[in-house]
Amino acid sequence: MSGILNSSIGRKFAMALSALFLMFFLLQHFAINILSVFSPDTFNEVSHFMGTFWVIQYVLQPVLIFGVVFHFVMGFVLEIKNNKARKIAYAKTSRAANSTWMSRNMLLTGAVVLAFMVLHFIDFWIPEINTKYIAGDMSGLIDPANTESGFRYYEELVHKFHSPLRVGAYVIAFVLLSLHLLHGFNSAFQSVGANNKYTNGLKGFSKVYAIGIPLGFVFIALFHHFTH
Amino acid sequence: MMNLTLKIWRQKNASDKGQIVDYPLSGVSPDMSFLEMLDVLNQELIEKGEQPVAFDHDCREGICGTCSLYINGRAHGPETKITACQLHMRSFKDGDTIYIEPWRAEAFPVVKDLIVDRTSFDRIQQAGGFISVNTSGNTQDANAIPIEKENADKAFDAATCIGCGACVASCKNSSAMLFVSAKVSQFALLPQGQVEATDRVLNMVKQMDEEGFGNCTNTGACEVECPKGISLENIARMNREYLSASLKG
Repeated sequence: MSGILNSSIGRKFAMALSALFLMFFLLQHFAINILSVFSPDTFNEVSHFMGTFWVIQYVLQPVLIFGVVFHFVMGFVLEIKNNKARKIAYAKTSRAANSTWMSRNMLLTGAVVLAFMVLHFIDFWIPEINTKYIAGDMSGLIDPANTESGFRYYEELVHKFHSPLRVGAYVIAFVLLSLHLLHGFNSAFQSVGANNKYTNGLKGFSKVYAIGIPLGFVFIALFHHFTH
Repeated sequence: MMNLTLKIWRQKNASDKGQIVDYPLSGVSPDMSFLEMLDVLNQELIEKGEQPVAFDHDCREGICGTCSLYINGRAHGPETKITACQLHMRSFKDGDTIYIEPWRAEAFPVVKDLIVDRTSFDRIQQAGGFISVNTSGNTQDANAIPIEKENADKAFDAATCIGCGACVASCKNSSAMLFVSAKVSQFALLPQGQVEATDRVLNMVKQMDEEGFGNCTNTGACEVECPKGISLENIARMNREYLSASLKG
């Protein structure tokens, strides 16, 4: 067992596990966000629960942050190691003949998603942490002094999508995320050793997930931009 | 007959920097094999008093895994499921420019021109790619051990790997996982391979990493370019074998 993370397969396995965790997180994030389109009140209730329930805040949130950091750091580490494995490049390559663009550019698409996450953290996560844990307001209300003012989450979401520049950045990031997932979803299963009679079915599902979820996030951003 | 421009990697020895050199070649028959075309070029070079192009070849019928040319950006050239020696000039057309390069990987250092040192594969094999069988005269008949047809077929498919290194050459990461996984799988699927299964996968992967091959990112280029069509399913099996062996060991 010792040294498994120092082996090529161990690193692959760890990368895949963090990817599977992040893909599950993305799915639940989408499931909550889409509520903002159909029922702002339900969106507010669920957001308040997610933002105040201790298991999510103090257990799952740190695990998520670790998962994100680990996935990105390991991605860069693997890229550096792989570049060292071929120091002299071919004069001519025809890589499109044997592999997809997505599979060859995971670092590029991942780096764009990373840049988006920095923007996302500045937009939502840091203000949220500031309100709850620095200012000490755990009420989730628009006006903490007024219990009738209602939850602030939906208002904050809508406000963020006023700016066309921000919406544009979101759309670009989600297109890149989709490209990342189009390779990453299946790749994660292959890395953990799941290649069997269900693989073709999984490939079909992966396309639905990799295109459907980012498209859903884009729809949410555009919906709030054009309806408010 | 075709007239071609060949752009060939020339390198005097392992320490030479090396470079691409242009060679015009005329009168090439579409019926020639690719290696016969190189033979013709070499004959011309010898007659001019120049050094012929060094390249690996042996059986010239696609079973030995010796030929190792990266042709126009692809291992073994533009066709699939063949080796360079099975490639024919009818796959090209008159006036074509053809790049011919050696396999590129730190674990496959160039020896001369298009010849690379693939002994890293030998060392991986020696680390565990075998079964220990008593051959003192009372060896059990292999056919006496029943093996599920599906597993027998998959083990045979894995065993068709000829160790040419096209997987490494094609992989953007220079990963050797398709080769190693084929060698692990051909034993992992058979009862005879179970005795040494744990040590085999751990030792072969350890040796693979020590040789400096890259990490697999599942692009699938190796499977497409493998002249024997070794499946990515083998890599998934090796991953399972490795994780299981790591937990045991």
